Amino acid sequence: MNFVRTIVAAGLVAASTSAFAADITGAGATFPFPLYSKWADAYKKETGNGLNYQSIGSGAGIKQIVAKTVTFGASDMPLKPEQLEKDGMIQWPQAMGALVPVVNLEGIKPGELVFSGELLGDIYLGKIKKWDDPAIAKLNPKVKLPSEAITVVRRSDGSGTTFLWTDYLSKTNAEWKAKAGSGTAVEWPTGVGAKGNEGVAGNVSQTKNSIGYVEYAYAKQNKLTYGAVINKAGKTVQPTIGAFQAAAANADWVGAKNYYVILTDQPGEASWPITGATFILMHREPVDKAASAEAIKFFKWAFEKGDKMAEELDYIPMPDSVVKQIEKTWTSEIKS
Amino acid sequence: MAEMAVESDVMEAAGPYDRARALGAFKFGDITFYWITRACAISVLLILGGIILSLIVGAWPAIREYGAAFLWTQRWAPSADPPVLGALGPIYGTLVTSVIAMMIAIPVGLGIAVFLTEICPLWLRRPIGLAIELLAGIPSIIYGMWGFFVLGPFLANNFQPFMISVFDGVPVLGTIFAGPPSYLSLFNASLILAIMVLPFITAISVDVFKTVPPVLKEAAYGVGCTTWEVVRNVVIPYTRVGVIGGIMLALGRALGETMAVTFIIGNSFKIQSSLFAPGTTISAAIASEFAESDGLHQSGLILLGLLLFILTFFVLAAARLMLMRLEQKAGN
Repeated sequence: MNFVRTIVAAGLVAASTSAFAADITGAGATFPFPLYSKWADAYKKETGNGLNYQSIGSGAGIKQIVAKTVTFGASDMPLKPEQLEKDGMIQWPQAMGALVPVVNLEGIKPGELVFSGELLGDIYLGKIKKWDDPAIAKLNPKVKLPSEAITVVRRSDGSGTTFLWTDYLSKTNAEWKAKAGSGTAVEWPTGVGAKGNEGVAGNVSQTKNSIGYVEYAYAKQNKLTYGAVINKAGKTVQPTIGAFQAAAANADWVGAKNYYVILTDQPGEASWPITGATFILMHREPVDKAASAEAIKFFKWAFEKGDKMAEELDYIPMPDSVVKQIEKTWTSEIKS
Repeated sequence: MAEMAVESDVMEAAGPYDRARALGAFKFGDITFYWITRACAISVLLILGGIILSLIVGAWPAIREYGAAFLWTQRWAPSADPPVLGALGPIYGTLVTSVIAMMIAIPVGLGIAVFLTEICPLWLRRPIGLAIELLAGIPSIIYGMWGFFVLGPFLANNFQPFMISVFDGVPVLGTIFAGPPSYLSLFNASLILAIMVLPFITAISVDVFKTVPPVLKEAAYGVGCTTWEVVRNVVIPYTRVGVIGGIMLALGRALGETMAVTFIIGNSFKIQSSLFAPGTTISAAIASEFAESDGLHQSGLILLGLLLFILTFFVLAAARLMLMRLEQKAGN
């Protein structure tokens, strides 16, 4: 029923914040939605200013900010520098998070099941059809796997979460790369489609013997059984804040143009391989300068005071050095 | 008496001049009314034309790119470069779910209507009638949630294993019910659609059944007909046009229903032989992908919408034609 609760909560947030004209409006990725709504709540208590964030998916968020119907857009897939240039926008990473494979298998505890990128790719290709397949058993010799068919759950809407997931599968499974590739919406070889992170979480928690992928906060909130993953260094890692941070630490934020960095399959023994940053998009020359300044104020506040809240929800705050650089970007690039 | 005389005098005095003015006012009112209603009626055509036009304009890039092959291509790969789009999966899903829904809803809906008007004891009429009205009033997303949380698990855990064990090895039926149990499937969506369109068929049938002149039925009963014979030979033939109208309304809803279906159909573009496999419908495909689409992908989705429009148009046109022929036959 958590699924229902999430939907109801999302509706209430949208309804209660949209009543005030002074609110900052943003739209986009569902991946950071729990974080942004928590920040917005605390920010409202402190300053009286609200944030109306609609988690409608990264692609839709990009479209809305390009059309200038919102003050900021949010995407889990960074835009290429050329595209930003074309639309007169800037982007920066606001927080980092991680995806986890989640399963619904009787008697299996969280973190017990071990996957590799190749194995996940084969499951999502529909090549591995049963839980007691030798390929799964090989990585999980001690786990008693049922002889049941695997129900693959994936997103039906295009999404940044799907981009990170398929990007990871493309980097680790050659056949996946050739057949499906990476993108916000791909040609799924198999599986049932559900809408949003909350939809996938709801489907997996309802369907026995299923597997899905969600942002870690959704896995935790819905008490789903997540799996461990073997990373690029060949080590089995559990989804923990430490593992997410290890992956984030390897990213070259300073050297990347327009913060264009994709964090999946990073090297390092402790790195969680399906990590990604979530980005904010804004226009260099905003239509409503006051609203834009207000939004920047919110993001600055989030960088300064939101770290603890982010960690509570298992997101990774941006490192201080990157924050300093982002703040410089704001003052030099956004006209107010 | 005297007063009345005075009054009539006054009216006489008003004379032909006022009469003409009054008539003129009537005429003016008449013409205004004529034009207002005419404008309302024409606006329907304009709106419809506008919708078709904007669909064609939006779908044009996809029409030019894929042509007629769009209809029989099964692959749906929006992320390929260039995108490969084909509508066969959604068209198949739309037709299959609608046909199964109607196969269930028509007999059940007519059954309820006959029971309500011919057999039902008076005290039970109101509760059943109210229940049907309520069924029509439930928002579609509630049906979707019910299908997801209640019907889906029941189908996957009880119904499907049973069907598989019964039909195992039987050609055709064995394949239709095969596959791993899934909460989200064409069959689940069909059942939900059947429940959703039931009130349309029932409510309209009840209304038209009530228009059968009692004397006809009484005459039939008088010569010794059973209730079944009266329904079969008097009520149904007399109300055929209305009943088919209700069925067409229901079919229209089944073809276009979006929210509930998106929730429970599994959104897979692949055509699979099993009814318990996930599929998609035209409207479900548009609903789940439109927000994130752009360029050719979006144009393809609009083309899907245009196809649904044409499909519905042909279904309704076929129904009209059928009605006309039936009426002609009855006339002869």
